[in-house]
Amino acid sequence: MEKLKHIQGTVVAIPVNDIDTDQIIPARFLKVTDKDGLGKAAFCDWRYLEDGTTPNPDFILNNPAYAGASVLIAGNNFGCGSSREHAPWALIGAGFQAVISTEFADIFRNNALKNGLLPIIVDEETQRQLFSLADEDPTTSVSVDVEAQRLTLPDGRQIEFPLDGFSKYCLLNGVDQLGYLLNLDDEVRGFEARNPQRVETTA
Amino acid sequence: MTNNGKPRTLFEKVWDAHTVRDESEDSPAVLYIDLHLVHEVTSPQAFSMLRERGLKVRRPDLTIGTMDHSTPTTPRNELGIIPVADAMAAKQLDTFTRNCDDFGIPMYALGDEHQGIVHVIGPEKGLTQPGMTIVCGDSHTSTHGAFGALAFGIGTSEVGHVLATQTLLQNKPKTMAVNVEGKLEEGVTAKDIILAIIARIGIGGGTGHVFEYRGEAIRDLGMEGRMTVCNMSIEGGARAGMVAPDDSTFEYISGRQHAPSGAEWDAALAKWRQLPTDDGAAYDQEITLRAEELIPMITYGTNPGMGMPITAAVPAPDDERDYNKKTALDKALAYMDLQPGQQLLGKPIDVVFIGSCTNSRISDLRQAAKFIEGRQVAESVRMMVVPGSQQVKRQAESEGLDEVFRSAGAEWREAGCSMCIAMNGDQLEPGQYAVSTSNRNFEGRQGKGGRTFLASPLTAAASAVAGVVSDPRAML
Repeated sequence: MEKLKHIQGTVVAIPVNDIDTDQIIPARFLKVTDKDGLGKAAFCDWRYLEDGTTPNPDFILNNPAYAGASVLIAGNNFGCGSSREHAPWALIGAGFQAVISTEFADIFRNNALKNGLLPIIVDEETQRQLFSLADEDPTTSVSVDVEAQRLTLPDGRQIEFPLDGFSKYCLLNGVDQLGYLLNLDDEVRGFEARNPQRVETTA
Repeated sequence: MTNNGKPRTLFEKVWDAHTVRDESEDSPAVLYIDLHLVHEVTSPQAFSMLRERGLKVRRPDLTIGTMDHSTPTTPRNELGIIPVADAMAAKQLDTFTRNCDDFGIPMYALGDEHQGIVHVIGPEKGLTQPGMTIVCGDSHTSTHGAFGALAFGIGTSEVGHVLATQTLLQNKPKTMAVNVEGKLEEGVTAKDIILAIIARIGIGGGTGHVFEYRGEAIRDLGMEGRMTVCNMSIEGGARAGMVAPDDSTFEYISGRQHAPSGAEWDAALAKWRQLPTDDGAAYDQEITLRAEELIPMITYGTNPGMGMPITAAVPAPDDERDYNKKTALDKALAYMDLQPGQQLLGKPIDVVFIGSCTNSRISDLRQAAKFIEGRQVAESVRMMVVPGSQQVKRQAESEGLDEVFRSAGAEWREAGCSMCIAMNGDQLEPGQYAVSTSNRNFEGRQGKGGRTFLASPLTAAASAVAGVVSDPRAML
C-alpha cells in the first residue's frame, strides 16, 4: 500500500443515498481472479447505456468537465450490501482517493481503509454544501490532511473527521495490517493453548 | 459465566472468549476465528497475496471451501457432470480448486455430494456451533448467528488475514436487542419478520451494531427460520445477528457430521447453556415488534429497507419530508416502474425464484411445495426452485418435492446461489419482475434491468400460481 498523507483533488458528486456495492461494481464483474481492470466497470450500470458500452451522457462520471476527479461525494450510507472488496478496488481503479458521505457501511469502510481509499464522514450540512459546490463548479477542489484528520473546503472552512488511530497509522506509513497480525504469533499460540477445543473441518 | 459479576450479553460472552488482545487506544482488538468459510469469488486475490509473501494457511483444519456463487445450476449431463459454460467462471472455479489443493483446505467442488451455498452447508455439516466466531468473505455470514455464534462477513484483505493468522483486527461493535414478542399468524413466516424489522429501522439502521433477536416469536421459529432472520441482519446494516442457543439449537446440531458426541457432547452442552444473555445485561439500543401485528411483507423499492405489508400501497415520494429520502424513493420507483399509491397485490410478474442462503433450506422448500401441490404455476411465469445444497436437494427428492415442483411447471435445479446474485447465467431479463425469496432487491442484482420483489417462500409460491403478486393467506 502507498503512503497516504495528503489528498488534493477535484470533487464529483453522486447525491444518491444508500449506494450499494452492487451499483459500485455489479456481480458479473466478480469472476476475476485479480484486482486489475475493475475501474472501467465502476458504476457500470449507471455509467453505460443498455448495450453496456455506450457512455450514458446523463451520468456525471461521463461529463468531461469532471474527468480526473479524485474525491467522490455521495449520499448517506455509502457502500451498503455485499462485502465485495472489488468495490474499493473499482473506485481506486476509477481514480478516486477519497469518498465523502455522512455514513459508511461497516464492511465497505474496513475494505476501503485496507486499500488506501479514505472514507471521510461529514455532517449533512457539509454534505449538502459539497453537493451544490460540485454541481455548480466542476473545478471545485478540496484538500485532506490525513494526519490532522482535516478536510478543507474551497472557502477555507476546515472540518475534522473521525479516523481510528490504527488505520491512520497504516495509511500514513503505507503499511498493511497483516504485518501487525503476523507479529502476534506468540500471543495467538498462547490463546490456542489456553482454548484447545476446536471444531475441525478436516475431521 | 458473568464477568466479575457484571451481567453480559450473548455477544459480549462470545467476543470476550475470543479476544487474543483487547482493544486499546492504539489498535483494534485481535479476535480469534474458530471457523473460516471460503468460496471461489472473494478468495482468489487473498490466496495470491499469501503466495506473494510466501505464507501458509495457518489453520487449514479450521477452514472449509465450497463452490457456490458462480456455479451453474443447470442439470447434470449424461456423465453426471454439471457443465460450466462461462469461461471466466470456469477459470475462477479452477483457480479455487488449485488454491484449496495447494494450501490443504478441504473443499466441496461443483457436483460433489456435499457442495452447496456456504451458509447452508456450515450448519448442515454441524460445523456451525454455539459460541463460535465464524467469518467468510460474504456479507450473509450473519446467517450462522442463528446458533449463537458471532458470525460476520469480511472483505478479501481480511480473508487473507484469517488465512494467514486465524485472527482479525476488529473494533468492538455496539449491541441492539431486537425483540419480537407474541405469536405469528398463519401464513406469516421468518422472512416476514426480518423484512418488517428492516422496513422499520432502514437499510443503515443497524450500522455499527450486532443484533440479538429475542422474544417468543424468535424462540418459536425453528433453526431454519432463525437462519432466515439472522441472514438478513446485514440488510439492516448490522454485520452480525445472533439468537441465544436453546433446546431447538442443540437438537438441530445433535448427530451432525462435525457435532461433538459422547462425553464431548455433554461438555459442549454445559458450555453452550451458559451463553444466553444474563438477566440485567444492557444493550446499546432496543426495539420491539409484535408478531401478531405482522402480515406477509414485500419490498417495492431498490433496497431491502423499502418494504411494506403486502396489502399496503407503494408510498409517495411527495409525502417524504427528508430530501435525500424523497430522492431515493423517486429513483427507486422510476427503476421499478411503479406509481405512488399503487397496490402491488395483483401486479403481474414474470419470474419466481425460490432459493438463496436466505430461503433454500428443506423447510423453505417443504413450505413452498405444500402450497404448490395440486396447483399449477401460471403460464406467464417462469418459476425456478434452487435448493441450497446437494444435501437439501437429495432430502427434497426423497420426499418427492422435486416432483411436486416439476409437475406444477417449475424448474428443479442444482444447488447454488443462482438468481440471487446472477453470476451464473440464472438472471432476469431487463424490465422483468420477479418475486424472489432472496435477500437483495438492489438495481440489477438479479440481472441488469431486472426488478425484484423480496418476499417469503409462501408469498413466492402463491404469486407463482396466480401469476400476480399474491397474499398467500387468502389461498391457504
